Amino acid sequence: MPKTLAKTDVVIIGLGAAGGVAVLPLTNAGLKVVGLEAGGWLSPRDFAPDELRNGVRSWPQSVPKAINEAPTVRATADVDAVQGGHPMMNAVGGTTMHYWAQSWRLSPWDFKVVSETQRRYGANRIPADSTVEDWPFGYEELEPYYDKVEYAIGVSGQAGNVQGRINNTGNIFEGARQREYPMRPLRSSPFTDLMGDAARKLDWNPFQGPAAITSELYDGRPPCQYHGFCNTGGCHVQAKSSTAFTSIPKAVATGNLDVVTYARVTNIVTDSEGKVTGVEYVRGNETFLQPASVVLLASYTYENSRLLLLSKSAAFPAGLANNSGQVGRHYLSHHQGAPVTALFDRDLHNWYGLPAQGVAVDEWADDNFDHSGLDFIGGANLWVHTDRKPMSAAKMPTFDLVNSWGSDWKAFVAKNADRTNSAYIQKTTLPYRDNYLDLDPLVKDPYGLPVTRITARYGDNEKRISVYVQDKMEQWYLEAGAIQILKSGPGNAMGASTHAYGGTRMGDNPETNVVNRWGFAHDVPNLGVLGASVMGTSGARNPTLTVQALAWRTAEYLASNWRTIVG
Amino acid sequence: MVDSKVVNKIGQPEQPDMSRRNLLKSVGLVGAAAVSAGTAGAVIAADSSNQQAATATSAAQSIPAREALEVLTAAEVETLEAICDCLIPSDANGPGAREARAVHYIDRSLASHNRADRQNYMIGLNAINEFALQTRRRAFHALNKDQQNSILRAVQENTLTGFMPSGAAFFNMVRNHTIDGTFCDPYYGGNRDFIGWDLLRYPGVRLGVTEADVAQGASLPPNHQSAYDHAAYLKSADYMGNDDHA
Repeated sequence: MPKTLAKTDVVIIGLGAAGGVAVLPLTNAGLKVVGLEAGGWLSPRDFAPDELRNGVRSWPQSVPKAINEAPTVRATADVDAVQGGHPMMNAVGGTTMHYWAQSWRLSPWDFKVVSETQRRYGANRIPADSTVEDWPFGYEELEPYYDKVEYAIGVSGQAGNVQGRINNTGNIFEGARQREYPMRPLRSSPFTDLMGDAARKLDWNPFQGPAAITSELYDGRPPCQYHGFCNTGGCHVQAKSSTAFTSIPKAVATGNLDVVTYARVTNIVTDSEGKVTGVEYVRGNETFLQPASVVLLASYTYENSRLLLLSKSAAFPAGLANNSGQVGRHYLSHHQGAPVTALFDRDLHNWYGLPAQGVAVDEWADDNFDHSGLDFIGGANLWVHTDRKPMSAAKMPTFDLVNSWGSDWKAFVAKNADRTNSAYIQKTTLPYRDNYLDLDPLVKDPYGLPVTRITARYGDNEKRISVYVQDKMEQWYLEAGAIQILKSGPGNAMGASTHAYGGTRMGDNPETNVVNRWGFAHDVPNLGVLGASVMGTSGARNPTLTVQALAWRTAEYLASNWRTIVG
Repeated sequence: MVDSKVVNKIGQPEQPDMSRRNLLKSVGLVGAAAVSAGTAGAVIAADSSNQQAATATSAAQSIPAREALEVLTAAEVETLEAICDCLIPSDANGPGAREARAVHYIDRSLASHNRADRQNYMIGLNAINEFALQTRRRAFHALNKDQQNSILRAVQENTLTGFMPSGAAFFNMVRNHTIDGTFCDPYYGGNRDFIGWDLLRYPGVRLGVTEADVAQGASLPPNHQSAYDHAAYLKSADYMGNDDHA
């Protein structure tokens, strides 16, 4: 029998990007919060500048929960699903410890893909097998929460649209924001300057992207040191605005947040009326029941669906909040593959820097260009950035110029190690009828619980965007002086991803969505869900800031409507 | 975009001569829960101070070659040394994988992170050696470079049998591990004397990098430092004591 603990106001499952932000408005409102986190605390001392440990051995991700509970993957339902790796990590702060920290707002178009596409191009341009819907609200509804998170955790960047005033050193296509970023953008570099100049020659509007990384002293944290171990590594000076170094310590300081580390949640408990009453978790060899007035589920997309499906009860025989069979549906993982790689005839000075120190072009993203004569909707953000490491540099492609080993190869890498660059191209990705998450019938974790199974593949829309924007990227690289170009294929299966969306989609229609416009389950009034699992569209950019703005909004709504929600 | 004043100010090598106590104290602050702008400056100063020390003493402190046969057998190591020497040879562009001690890196990794590959090495190295003995009547390591290269090409192109799961897969695994062992942080047993990093003209691990450093590109003098030449990342309890009581 689990040991029953004292009841709390709110229990949050997961203290990562989403839960780690939500704790701040909740504790500031005086609510007592218990945060259950599967990992432990890490310090800057854990983040050595070590490419082998971070990049090859995946040290931060190699903690037991993520590794032992990795989802299985298959492209379609007629093939076997195979277990791969898990891209996320467990720690206080979650993946905000070792992410790239690119902190974009979605484009206004991303909230209204269906209606805007119909308005501009007619009724039949949405792919027939896509289950995409408009969000229940527009960009304007989320703008105040984007703003709150940008200032609360610290985001650097260059605004392109402040209350309608356009600044072409920022993103001229972005939705209007109420004020400037709290910090100027990260500095440029010889390479980003080269690419910026080339984009302007093409009559495009290059700009430095937003990052949850300090570009100057902010809230007691020093500026980024540009040493270059951001990718799958944490920050050695706390310049990365991880929730572990920003919102979580502030919530702890209120005296209202109790952080429980190494807690592995196994079940969300429901009463006979269909309300949640708390959660069960395992810690070491003990089992606990944490009663709570409200449960906020804030683990990763794969775990959010999984825990709901595992939490079966008399009221919810098909899994919690799943009376419409929508848990696990509308899953998608961001199309970030199909890169373009360029070889230059000069050193690019990219041995240092970070993935968030880059330059973007948005001319071919979202609905920023006319799709009338095209066979797809949406587009891609083109992103090139600094940061190079010796092992990955030595594994550079040879562009078919030399063999892959021996003296010729050695001479080639000696000459060209600092002369390649790969673009990071994120594309609009849609949900499809045949793409979903469920419980794997065979593969179980060490607790005997089935892992998540991903059944998903990209549609023609994503593949067509890939081909179209690869040509734009090639044009950009050639303008900058590239002498060789390599394009990778568009891919097929949607593997386990750091950009995984859906499974508990947000929307007004309870027949097609799991949570309502405030993030609370249609079926369960005191169960909220945080994370990209509530997002119905991906946009063409990193999801974390949107996840955090939504989490803040749900938390604030809960604090303001406490009596109604608790009932 | 101009750099922040803080970085410009602290990026200057104005205070290169820090005492050991101050160095530990300053880097120790990196590990503290709250840091200030001054901390980052101290990190940079400590970095450049370390850099000078390491450059001055790198020859004298060269790590002794205490290379146990931890996992691989003597015969396996002979074959693997010869393979590494074909993949990244010592030539006009300088020393290669053998001199960087890629084999030592691989042997150690097979006891830890790459444990699952141990069986594939056993089968694959033996298959290559047996093929050499059958066709040339000599062990693989005793053949000349042309003969060795032609056998490795056959492995890469999947025309030899007896590998797990295939010759091409074995070749790619060994190539990957040889690159890892030549270009990794020297803590892991390879990249001896920074042979790999010098080949690529990688200026080395630094804790802070200024715009002026980046502008120099490959002209930035290599600092020849491991991540673990920085006190902040050592296990040392002594260091942690300094951190707590600084």
